[in-house]
Amino acid sequence: MDVETVTANAPFAIRAYSPEALRHALKKMYLIRKFEEGAEECYTRGLIHGTMHLCIGQEASSVGTCLPLADDDRITSTHRGHGHCIGKGADVAQMFAEFFGKESGYCRGRGGSMHIADPSKGNLGANGIVAGGIPIAVGAALSAKRLGTGEVVVCFFGDGANNEGAFHESLNMAAIWSLPVVFVCENNGYGMSTSTRRATAVESIATRAASYAMPGVSVDGNDVSAVAEAVHEATERARRGDGPSLIESMTYRWRGHSKSDRNRYRTKEEIAEWQARDPIPRFAEVLVEHGIVTEEEVAALDADTDREIAEAIASARTGPDPDVGELLRDVYTEVTA
Amino acid sequence: MSATRELSYAEAIREAMDMALGEDERVVLMGEDIGVYGGAFQVSGDLVDKYGEERVIDTPISELGGAGVAVGAAMTGLRPIFEFQFADFAALAMEQIVNQAAKVRYMLGGSVSVPVVMRFPAGSGTGAAAQHSQSIEAWLGHVPGLKVVQPSTPEDAKGLLLAALDDPDPVMIFEHKVLYKMKGPVPEGRYTTPIGRAAIRRAGADVTVVATSLMVHKALSAAETLAAEDIDVEVIDLRTIRPMDRETVLESVRKTGRLVCVYEGVKTLGVGAEVSAMVAESDAFDFLDAPIVRLGGAECPIPYNPELEKAAVPQIPDIVEATRDIVRGRV
Repeated sequence: MDVETVTANAPFAIRAYSPEALRHALKKMYLIRKFEEGAEECYTRGLIHGTMHLCIGQEASSVGTCLPLADDDRITSTHRGHGHCIGKGADVAQMFAEFFGKESGYCRGRGGSMHIADPSKGNLGANGIVAGGIPIAVGAALSAKRLGTGEVVVCFFGDGANNEGAFHESLNMAAIWSLPVVFVCENNGYGMSTSTRRATAVESIATRAASYAMPGVSVDGNDVSAVAEAVHEATERARRGDGPSLIESMTYRWRGHSKSDRNRYRTKEEIAEWQARDPIPRFAEVLVEHGIVTEEEVAALDADTDREIAEAIASARTGPDPDVGELLRDVYTEVTA
Repeated sequence: MSATRELSYAEAIREAMDMALGEDERVVLMGEDIGVYGGAFQVSGDLVDKYGEERVIDTPISELGGAGVAVGAAMTGLRPIFEFQFADFAALAMEQIVNQAAKVRYMLGGSVSVPVVMRFPAGSGTGAAAQHSQSIEAWLGHVPGLKVVQPSTPEDAKGLLLAALDDPDPVMIFEHKVLYKMKGPVPEGRYTTPIGRAAIRRAGADVTVVATSLMVHKALSAAETLAAEDIDVEVIDLRTIRPMDRETVLESVRKTGRLVCVYEGVKTLGVGAEVSAMVAESDAFDFLDAPIVRLGGAECPIPYNPELEKAAVPQIPDIVEATRDIVRGRV
C-alpha cells in the first residue's frame, strides 16, 4: 500500500489536521479523563463540596467537537461541561481552583463545577439549567451574524435537553434566521435516570432536525474523527451563511448522573460494554496506526498528564479564598466614572 | 435641558428606540409583531421601515427562546431591546430572565455582563382579563442582578429607556398599557433619567404617598381632591423598584410622619410591602404618627367585567379615603 492510498483511506481527522493538532487532541482526552478522576477523588476526600457531573467516557465528543473550532469560535456548555471547557482550552488548575471555591478559580469561587466560563477562549459558560444555554447560543450566533465576526457558535446539550421547549424554540429561530450555530446533542442514553428511549418520541434525536429544516446527523460520539468530521461540515456550512445543523453524538457516561446516583436504572453489563469502547485508547490506536505518535509517546503523554493534574490540584488548593466582604461583588457591574 | 414638546408615552419610547438604533449599530429590537405590525401597542411603530428587518426583528411566538436569544446576544456584543407583547407572557420566559440574565455575571465571577433591556407592557384597565393585565414587577424586583423600572411619564419613559441602554446590566422596564396614549412634555435630544432615583411629583407636608406607574397619576388626582380639604399630600413616584431610592422615601416620611403606598400589583408581598418595611426598619419609623397604609391589587386575578376590573386595583376614591383617614387619625 503506498502512502497516498493510506492517506485517502485514513479517517477524516488524520487527513484534516496536523500531527501536532492530533497529538494535542489526544492529550486533551487524557486531560479530561484524569481531570475528572482527580475531581472525583478530591470530592471523595471531602476537599470539594456541592456536587459535580462527570463526563468520563464522553471525552471524544468534547474533543472531536472542539477540534474544528478556532479560538474565537464560541461554545455554550452544560452541567456536564468539564470536557467542553478543556476541549476549548481551559486551564485545569484554574478549573480546580473553582472547584475548591477559590478566588483564583474561573468564577472567583462563585460558580463552582456547573458555571465554568472562559470568555477569552470563546467559552460562554456551562449552565445549571437543562437547555438553558441553547437560546443563549442562538443569541451569540445572532451577534456573530449581525456584527460580521465570522465566528461559529457550538451549542452543547444533552439528550435530556431535547425535550425542553427551549430546544425547539431555539432550533426554529436559528433556522429561520439562518444563524451560524451548530447544535451538538451529546446523547449519553440517560437524562439523569430516564433513558432517552423512555423520554423521547423519536428513535434518533438527529431526526428532529427535519422539523427545523436543517441537516441532522447521528455520529459515533466515542470516535473523535467521526465527531470532528460532522462538526467540521456543520461549521463550514455555518460559515458559508447556510445556517444551523444538528449533530447527535452517541456516547455514554461511565459514572452516575451526579454524586447522589445509585445506578439503579442501568445494568453493570451495559456499563461494561461501553467501557470496552473507551474512546481514549481507540483514538490513540488510530494515531499510532497512522504514525502520528508511537506507543511510547502515548505512554509518556499518559504519565505526563497524571503529573500535570497532580500539580494542578496542588497549586489550586493553595489559591486565595474569596473575601466574605465581597459577597455582593459582581451582582451588578461596577460602573467606573 | 433642551426644548420640550408634547409626546405620548408610546411616542417617547419610540423616540428613545429610534435614537438608540440611529446612534449605535449594536442596538436591535426583538419581539413579537414589532415589525410591520408596529407592536401590539404600536410602540415600535414604523421603525422597521427605517432600520430594516435585520434590526427590528420579529420573533416567532417563542417567549422563552426569544428572551434567551436576547440574553445571548447581549453577552456577545449586541444591545437588544426585547419586547414582551404583554408582561404576562414573560411567565414563559422566567427561566432566561431569572436563571440566566440575572445570574450570569455573578456566577461567572464577573467575566461577562448581560446588557439586555426588556420591556413589559403591564397593568389592568383595558378589559383584557386575567392573562393580559397583570402587574408582575415585584416578581422580578425580587431577583438580585436585575434592575426594574416603572416609568410613569413620557419624559421618564424615554429617559429610563436610554439609561437602561447605557447600563451594563439587565434592565426590566414595566410600561403601563393605559399610559401609552397619555401625553406629556418630553425634552428633545438625548438625556437619561437615572435608574434608582425616585421623583417627588408633588411636595406636601401632611402625608407621603409613594406610588408607582399609573398609580402616580391617581395619587396626584387624589392629592388635588384632598388639597381642597386642607390636606397637603406629598406624592413620590418611585420610578425604580430595584434598586429602590431609600433616601427620598425616608426623608419624606421624616417630614410628613405618615405613609401610604399605592401600587397595582397584588398587595401581599408587593412593592408597598418593601417600601413599608424599609421605613419600619429605619429611623424614619420614629417619625411616624400613624400606622402605614398599603393600597395594592386585590387578592385575585384581574377580572373581565369593567366594574370588577376597577375594583381589583386601587382607584382615586380609595386613595382619597385612605389618605384622609390616615391624616385624620382614623387608621
